[in-house]
Amino acid sequence: MSEPAAVTTKQITDEGLVTGASKLTPEKIEQVINGVLKAETGARLKTYVDICVHCGLCSEACHFYLSHDKDPKYSPAGKVKQTIWEILDKKGKVDAEFIKRASEIAYTECNVCRRCSMYCPFGIDIAYLLITMRRICHKLGVTPQYIQDTAHSHSATINQMWVKDDEWIDCLMWQEDEARGEIPNIRIPLEKEGAEIYYSVIGPEPKFRAQLIYQAAVIMHAAGVDWTMPATPGWDNSDMCMFTGDFEMMARLKKIHYESAARLKVKRIVMGECGHAFRSVYDVGNRALGWKMPPIPMVHAIEFYYELIKDGKIKIAKKYEKPVTFHDPCNTVRGRGLHEMGRYVTNAICEKLIEMHPNREHNYCCSAGGGVINCGPPYKMTRVDGNRVKAEQLFAAKARGAKTIIAPCHNCHGGLEDIVHHYGLDMDIKFLGDIIYETMEKPE
Amino acid sequence: MHDIYNFVSGPLVWVSFILFIGGSIYRFVSMAVLARKKDPVVYDYMSLRYALRSIFHWIIPFRSENMKKHPVFTIVTFAFHICLFAVPIFLFAHIILIKESWNISWWFLSDSTADVLTLIVIGSCVYFLVRRIVQPEVKYLTSPSDYLILAIVAAPFISGFWTYHQFAGHEVMGIIHILSGEIMLVAIPFTRLSHMIFFAFTRGYMGSEFGAIRHVKDW
Repeated sequence: MSEPAAVTTKQITDEGLVTGASKLTPEKIEQVINGVLKAETGARLKTYVDICVHCGLCSEACHFYLSHDKDPKYSPAGKVKQTIWEILDKKGKVDAEFIKRASEIAYTECNVCRRCSMYCPFGIDIAYLLITMRRICHKLGVTPQYIQDTAHSHSATINQMWVKDDEWIDCLMWQEDEARGEIPNIRIPLEKEGAEIYYSVIGPEPKFRAQLIYQAAVIMHAAGVDWTMPATPGWDNSDMCMFTGDFEMMARLKKIHYESAARLKVKRIVMGECGHAFRSVYDVGNRALGWKMPPIPMVHAIEFYYELIKDGKIKIAKKYEKPVTFHDPCNTVRGRGLHEMGRYVTNAICEKLIEMHPNREHNYCCSAGGGVINCGPPYKMTRVDGNRVKAEQLFAAKARGAKTIIAPCHNCHGGLEDIVHHYGLDMDIKFLGDIIYETMEKPE
Repeated sequence: MHDIYNFVSGPLVWVSFILFIGGSIYRFVSMAVLARKKDPVVYDYMSLRYALRSIFHWIIPFRSENMKKHPVFTIVTFAFHICLFAVPIFLFAHIILIKESWNISWWFLSDSTADVLTLIVIGSCVYFLVRRIVQPEVKYLTSPSDYLILAIVAAPFISGFWTYHQFAGHEVMGIIHILSGEIMLVAIPFTRLSHMIFFAFTRGYMGSEFGAIRHVKDW
């Protein structure tokens, strides 16, 4: 009648999970689980678990479920069954093997993209339940090694990529220098007190996508924006600690981010094209610090570009010719409803927009978000195989003529690149900023 | 037999209504207190406007994407929930009992209509049962308690139908009918049927988060 929760034959080899689990004792597991449940959860968890009628209607929301030929173990509630329900049923008396598998499910087979919340008739926040499982795994020290490394980097350097303080400044000066080859009087204003805008990016930008900072500088310069970037930690708005379950560190990161903006007395924060960082700065990190809404007004790049184009601050010289399709990142669409602004910008800079289906708030996740891509190479195929529907969705858009995918999010880029290569889609992937930079009128 | 009848139709009715109403109030208040203590976020972010917006979209058939994806389920579940309330509240036989006791009455359904609505409830329960057994994603989530809850819900309707049509053993079935109705009432606050109490709040909270904070729809 009822099937066992955990049936898996897959060998787990992730160093973080194996080593972490080897240090567990039944007492420690029970103590940590019940500690987290008692101290950190309450009415939401209880209500969600109490009222779920096991109807399975959330299933089709999940790309993992759809991509695995509707295997119920990948359905949102199916994943909750293998994690939260089980620890509640057993009152925390589960073994290390269980924790290892639960960790793998919570960190690598769910992108906490919140699509299922829009499919559950009761509005159960399933992502919250999986995040709660991650929180327990974090406190048990059983986290995938790669994402834990980024969390360590956050702790040690306040950025995700082990970028040292001087390297950050060096990178900005390098990009300014490069940009001066094109626009001789361009600046990347560091530490400008009282600037209108504080521009923040994620760690990977200075690390290996430095041209994005160059492009942003050109856009800011052309639009005549009064902007600055900090020379101190806080410049990185990203936050893998939010996804590992290290909420203390998450709060610390956001505090430093807001404080660096406050120190520079800026009017507002504009973030680069990143989804998860937006979730952290706009929605989650501020709450951890006790701010109902962000203490300093902040917008995602999509909204910022929308303003620049709408106000005529940026003029498009020649629209991007290849037909494009627009991928809505979960954290900017289900996290902030920026879908129409994204399309406004796209239509302003591109000749032709071909919609993928589903789209807007119903778009399928890239399967890289929620920290999954940060769990590294051991899980690359988990997310690529787990998102066959994304490939099908893109193939359908391609069949109708789309050649370029616009994805205004770093994680989406990484995830979609792997999907495009693996399934042989042969499509380009671009940020909005890439195309704006390419098509805009540039000052001499 | 008369003693049992008098017992289930007398004191037990009072007991079941007290447990149903008292239990519902208790569940609601204790959850509200727990939320205040442990999840104040619920109070901070709950927005009446967006809560109602979300609830509105989810209590009307085919207003959400997921309902459109499952047309049969949507029709069955709406018919089921409407009949589930309409039959016991507007059944002529029930209203007679209340009129005899307290001399109050209200609009009622014709017996033949009530018969059809009862069959809709029973048929829906059969549909839910088959779905649980046949559909892998539902079967995987199903525990024995899910069948028990389904039985608790179906029992008063099956036994009521039986009694009304005076099939064999209808006298015993009449007692079972009253008893099963009482069991169902008591089960509402203390089982997954408590979604009757909490639906508006979970839906409303999600609607508030999506609407007021994230500026996006949740249906």
